[in-house]
Amino acid sequence: MDGVILLQKQLVDYSTSLYKEGFLDDQFKQLQQLQDESNPDFVVEVVYLFFEDSERLLNELSKTLSQQIVDFKKVDAHVHQLKGSSSSIGAQRVQKVCIAFRNYCEEQNTEGCLRCLQLVKHEYSLVKNKLETMFKLEKQVLGAGGSIPMH
Amino acid sequence: MESCNCIEPQWPADELLMRYQYISDFFIALAYFSIPLELIYFVKKSAVFPYRWVLVQFGAFIVLCGATHLINLWTFTMHSRTVAIVMTAAKVLTAAVSCATALMLVHIIPDLLSVKTRELFLKNKAAELDREMGLIRTQEETGRHVRMLTHEIRSTLDRHTILKTTLVELGRTLALEECALWMPTRSGVELQLSYTLRHQNPVGFTVPIQLPVINQVFSTNRAVKISPNSPVAKLRPSGKYMQGEVVAVRVPLLHLSNFQINDWPELSTKRYALMVLMLPSDSARQWHVHELELVEVVADQVAVALSHAAILEESMRARDLLMEQNVALDLARREAETAVCARNDFLAVMNHEMRTPMHAIIALSSLLQETELTPEQRLMVETILKSSNLLATLINDVLDLSRLEDGSLQLDIEPFDLHGLFKEVLNLIKPIASVKKLFVTLSMSSDLPEYAIGDEKRLMQIMLNVVGNAVKFSREGGISISASVAKSDSLRDPRAPDFFPVFSDNHFYLRVQVKDTGSGISPQDIPKLFTKFAQSQSLAAKNSGGSGLGLAICKRFVNLMDGYIWLESEGLGKGCTAIFMVKLGLRGRSNEAAPIHVQSPCKSWTNNFTGLKVIVMDDNGVSRMVTKGLLVHLGCDVATVSSGDECLKVVNNEHKVVFMDVSIPGIDIYAVAVRIHEKFARRRDRPLIVALTGNTDRVTKESCMRVGMDGVILKPVSVDKMRSVLSELLDHGVLLEAQ
Repeated sequence: MDGVILLQKQLVDYSTSLYKEGFLDDQFKQLQQLQDESNPDFVVEVVYLFFEDSERLLNELSKTLSQQIVDFKKVDAHVHQLKGSSSSIGAQRVQKVCIAFRNYCEEQNTEGCLRCLQLVKHEYSLVKNKLETMFKLEKQVLGAGGSIPMH
Repeated sequence: MESCNCIEPQWPADELLMRYQYISDFFIALAYFSIPLELIYFVKKSAVFPYRWVLVQFGAFIVLCGATHLINLWTFTMHSRTVAIVMTAAKVLTAAVSCATALMLVHIIPDLLSVKTRELFLKNKAAELDREMGLIRTQEETGRHVRMLTHEIRSTLDRHTILKTTLVELGRTLALEECALWMPTRSGVELQLSYTLRHQNPVGFTVPIQLPVINQVFSTNRAVKISPNSPVAKLRPSGKYMQGEVVAVRVPLLHLSNFQINDWPELSTKRYALMVLMLPSDSARQWHVHELELVEVVADQVAVALSHAAILEESMRARDLLMEQNVALDLARREAETAVCARNDFLAVMNHEMRTPMHAIIALSSLLQETELTPEQRLMVETILKSSNLLATLINDVLDLSRLEDGSLQLDIEPFDLHGLFKEVLNLIKPIASVKKLFVTLSMSSDLPEYAIGDEKRLMQIMLNVVGNAVKFSREGGISISASVAKSDSLRDPRAPDFFPVFSDNHFYLRVQVKDTGSGISPQDIPKLFTKFAQSQSLAAKNSGGSGLGLAICKRFVNLMDGYIWLESEGLGKGCTAIFMVKLGLRGRSNEAAPIHVQSPCKSWTNNFTGLKVIVMDDNGVSRMVTKGLLVHLGCDVATVSSGDECLKVVNNEHKVVFMDVSIPGIDIYAVAVRIHEKFARRRDRPLIVALTGNTDRVTKESCMRVGMDGVILKPVSVDKMRSVLSELLDHGVLLEAQ
């Protein structure tokens, strides 16, 4: 039983740190609230959908920004989508970069956009890692027979 | 045998002489016969000959003379008596006719002579007419020249071109040797040679303007012949030949100011230029009258053309000036806008920055008050609290006022409980009043509506300010507040001359009167009360707090509400009455359609959404999934679509709510809402439409309401928020507040 409690504590500490460091915000908590017996994997499903969506969008962005003549409208549309998705699951840092990204798009500043793209990719990979780690911890807890503590 | 009575010749008839006589007589007769024949022939030919009768007479006379001579032929030899008789008869006749003719000629010859005279007269007349014709033609030529010259001169608006063209054309028309224009210098004491025909660049010759010859020319508007030796005419090096005649004419230089309506230019011009024209030196030409006239006319035209050019220059200059001013104004405006923007930004920041610490101070101080404190400490904390409250009020006032100043403040018009508002004011003021031992009464007229539409918060602010002032300045006695609906007769108050109330079915004017028994205000100070930061001396002495902004802000709020506020006082120590009127909307009769219940009244959906069919429209997969998850968690039966068209295809009358994400680019959400309205004719069948959006500014809200959406929700949505939204939607059929 000790092991479970230890694992649970690890999980709690980890997710608290995520919130403190601003990787996740309140919205993620809301998502977790929506998970129940009828919908046991809701959060994971949503998060993986987010990963798919974001990877696709980031690829599109790279392609569009590497063109000779950059179509800023397209770039803006993609960033808008990314912003929406990230705010829906509570990926706060990604969302913040998207906001700055959109500003550069409005100014039609290719340099700035490229920098933001790098930043977004970086933030995305960070939050992806964190979330995957968290899910792994959750699985371990469940595997050890415990339940995931609610905040 | 009878012998003839002829006289026997003295000498024997000379044969030769007789023969000659015989021949001569024959020829005479012949001539005499042929002359009338000729006459008749020619007269017959001519059409006009008034003296036929004379002709006949003459003819007869000649014929008879001829006959006589003919008959004479027979008398040279022995002739019979018959011949003698015939001869005699002929002679007698001839005598008669000749006498008659002679008598007739006396009448006729004078006539004939007069015909001759008339003919001469007519010839002279014809010669004269010819001369005049020649003159007219010359004048017409001149006129044509003038027109052509004028056309040339007037076809340009450039001063120099005008003058140059004038000289060139004049020179050509009149075949001049030299043509020059002398313009007055700036100082006006000299004439400077400005343009000549032959010299390309006249080197600045100048002559003083006061020369007699120049004065002579300037004093008349006619062209004046001047001597070729005068200084203005000495343009060419004096040649060996006789210089041609020189004419000079003045050219008035008109200014804009000379064109008065009643004042012809001649009377008011002061400056003239001098035009000098020289005929070719070695010709014997003289200046003709028509040439002089031409020159005068041209000089006038030049004057007009020059004035036009001057006017044009003037107007161009004015236009350039205006453009410069416009640019400067534009710049100033932009600078002002930038300044205003900067100020607004500053205020916005300061708003937040100043209020946050204030709140912290106030909150913590009040918390501190709740704890265990020594009396000294308590006093200190109370002072801190009071001071920080004051400061907070001041900050609010200043920020409010600056927003009011530039008109960026907008009233929040909502329905509110009017009676409740007054009661709350009363409740707020009663404790303070009772501390000062003042009574407070409130009377509300019976026709005062219970609910009204307006800005509740600001109305409360006005009330509190006015009532607060009343309490502040009263030492004893009390305050009486009365609220009523203003009637039309009481609205047009002489004290409010600028106030023009407009009546309509949807609005009423609330009239509030606050009477106090306090220190009163002297009438001179009343106007100053509403100016910000101004405080009269007497007030300042008693006023321990307040920045003087309160009434100024009140006035502005009242103005925003289309109302009027004023104070009355009979003087110091006689109390004061504050009266204000504001326009409020009437609830229930306004243009906003009151929402009607859509659902069947028996079932209450308030907390049970099981099976509730809804549609979620969102193009972002993640966001869509989250919203769906939310609604599924609450028990709804959710259908998801990602575009407006899909939504319209899928929606049917079983769906109760449609949630639309407003941030979908490229899709006009409002159009989809309108189409949904169109699809469902009856209100009962139509699903409720709710917009999900990231910003709840007025524009978005209004646009959503305008297309018939039933509510607006701000993202991100929590479970609890969604739950309350759904329950409100289903209970009331509309979301009153954006959640």
